[in-house]
Amino acid sequence: MLSEIRPAIVATLFFTLLLGVGYPLLVTGVAKVAFPAQAGGSLIRKDGRVIGSALIGQGFTRPEYLHPRPSAAGANGYDPTASGGTNLGPLNPALIKQVKAAAEAIRGDAPGTPIPPDAVTSSASGLDPDVSPANAARQAGRIAAARGAAPAEVQKIIDAHTQGRWLGVFGQPRVNVLQTNLALDAALPRAQAKGP
Amino acid sequence: MNAAGWTEIILTIALTVWLAWPLGAFVARVWEGEPTWLDPVLKPVERSVYALCGVKRDSSQGWFAYATSFLVFSAASFVVLYLILRFQDLLPLNPQHFSGMSPHLAFNTAVSFVTNTNWQSYAPEQTVSTFSQMAGLTSHNFLSAAAGIAVAAALARAFAANRGEGLGNFWVDLTRISLYVLLPISFVIALIYVALGEPQTLAAGVVATTLEGAKQTIALFPTASQEAIKQFGTNGGGVFNANSAHPFENPNAITNLMEIVSMNVLGYACVVAFGRIVLARKDARALVAVMALFVLGASAAIYATETQRAPALVAAHADASVNMEGKEVRFGAPSTAVWAANTTGASDGGVNAMHDSFMPLGGGIAMFMIQLGEILPGGVGSGLYGMIVMALIAVFVAGLMVGRTPEYLGKKVEAREIKFAMLAVLILPLSILGFAGVAAVLPAALKGLGNPGAHGLSEILYAYSSAAGNNGSAFAGLSADTPWWDTTLGIAMLLGRFAYAVPVLAIAGSLAAKPKLAATAGTFPTDGPLFVGLLSGVILIMGGLQFFPALALGPIVEHFQVLQALGGR
Repeated sequence: MLSEIRPAIVATLFFTLLLGVGYPLLVTGVAKVAFPAQAGGSLIRKDGRVIGSALIGQGFTRPEYLHPRPSAAGANGYDPTASGGTNLGPLNPALIKQVKAAAEAIRGDAPGTPIPPDAVTSSASGLDPDVSPANAARQAGRIAAARGAAPAEVQKIIDAHTQGRWLGVFGQPRVNVLQTNLALDAALPRAQAKGP
Repeated sequence: MNAAGWTEIILTIALTVWLAWPLGAFVARVWEGEPTWLDPVLKPVERSVYALCGVKRDSSQGWFAYATSFLVFSAASFVVLYLILRFQDLLPLNPQHFSGMSPHLAFNTAVSFVTNTNWQSYAPEQTVSTFSQMAGLTSHNFLSAAAGIAVAAALARAFAANRGEGLGNFWVDLTRISLYVLLPISFVIALIYVALGEPQTLAAGVVATTLEGAKQTIALFPTASQEAIKQFGTNGGGVFNANSAHPFENPNAITNLMEIVSMNVLGYACVVAFGRIVLARKDARALVAVMALFVLGASAAIYATETQRAPALVAAHADASVNMEGKEVRFGAPSTAVWAANTTGASDGGVNAMHDSFMPLGGGIAMFMIQLGEILPGGVGSGLYGMIVMALIAVFVAGLMVGRTPEYLGKKVEAREIKFAMLAVLILPLSILGFAGVAAVLPAALKGLGNPGAHGLSEILYAYSSAAGNNGSAFAGLSADTPWWDTTLGIAMLLGRFAYAVPVLAIAGSLAAKPKLAATAGTFPTDGPLFVGLLSGVILIMGGLQFFPALALGPIVEHFQVLQALGGR
């Protein structure tokens, strides 16, 4: 028993240094040189200022922007320091109330077209950067009206930012909200003229 | 449900199993102490570990000495990790200025990472400093995995032995597995993860100003390096609270596929390596078949439940074709289902969706996969030795039916082995049902529940299943950072790890002393479809008998409540 104590302590300390300090620092060093943009969080800059990360969702609310899904991250949603889902069970009255309210809030965007499931449910991370193509298409009319553009123009930008399944099999088709909104501002910049 | 979804599920599992063969051959070389192509770089490191530890490379241990080394090492790991977490405010690299963990949270977390469970009672991005993430948690992601694989190696040597050879040396196994298997492969995976978008930085975070003028603080960590070993070592503890649902931990379909494959490939590879060392490759193939069939079945079942109509979507008159609550758009139902089956079948416990918001039977199947004993394919190493325990019970049952002394892989299975096997197997129901029974009536425990009714009971059952099975995933609505939950879950994790592994080593010691018998015409074949069926039946019946009554009060009754709610409209 006592003879085991030396290797136990030495091995723990040695491997803590090698695997807990050396390994992550080595990965960090190589990543910084080889993939600096990704290693830093895939940040998107506009006019030199960080406006977000391509991978992290944001809580757009203005009518001229594509809106993300409901979010349970932080008190107001889309707080990357408090990622997480609602964790409400399928029969929890709180969930049913939330989903109903979310559906009523967006039903008017495109009356008569079905509301896609992702549009009224919260993601697991609360930071989902994407919406489904059906969800985005349903918002095209509202965005177009707010920008004084034709819905087809908006839909064209959405289509250009729709990613399909990888190899046609893995994952689901999706539309990145922040990148679509940047493209909307660039192609149909009337929102800027109107101001908030 | 659609063709792309089914194809994704089948390809993911097939790819995992296929890759297990070359990896298994490599693991066998490492277990046997044979040279590898990494020797020029790593051999000097290996030698210096032995020199520092005062260990002789070729001194083989008996089962008791091996178990003692395993326990003493785990205890030392626990103490170091506990101190790091408790006093992280006094340690370097704490750019977030987090305070030290409370005693009960530090206990729970240290136990959790030393037992390869990686249950997290806390939200990492609000609790754990960069130093604790790296030196504390990342290093134990490696070491707890290596310790589990070491025990499996000892068991393999016991089956290969002919009258009384030792089981190998724990310190040598720990070192070789860490250096030659876990470290280099994790390094390569981590760099691919960075290329695919996972952050890897020591910076604490960035403040962004959104297009609408709002401020958003984007938390950052050395994510990719931990993500790689988190899955490859079936650990599962996230850098972020949302775990692998967080876009930084799992940004797209490619990382998702890689993470699923890497969380199970080493578990299967240990079985393949076992087959090579014991000279029973076909028997190992039968064990892999049992494991993969269960994972395939569970994936299909969860895919089916998660594309059922969810009551909330029906009530809101929305499209109810997929239960998207707690799921990410980039994954949808199929990627989520195949992940959930793999992470619960392995004792990984990382999640890419919130199991708490699954349909009742979807969450129930995830829970049942854990309760089947974390052998499908289970944790790295621990899944193999758990499956061997089941195989011993299966040949024992077959032996009872035909009335002759059972054998497995050339070793007579007698009363002593079966007693230890039953001792190990009973730990799971004891700690799951025992603690859950108390928690279900204890106000201090019930305060932590996030959902009412039958779903609340499911949260309790899932928590103890996850802890005792050393899985680590959760019905995360449960607020577990209280003295009751932290302490009892910690005890369940300790029982699930050590009260299982020590009887397994005792079995190994007993088997190693027996002569290796040649198979005769009367030997029950353990390499064909008949044994695959028998073993699957034993696993299913044992799990069913133990846990079905409890599951009936949780997920199953909730399923009928869902049907009732939908029928009412």
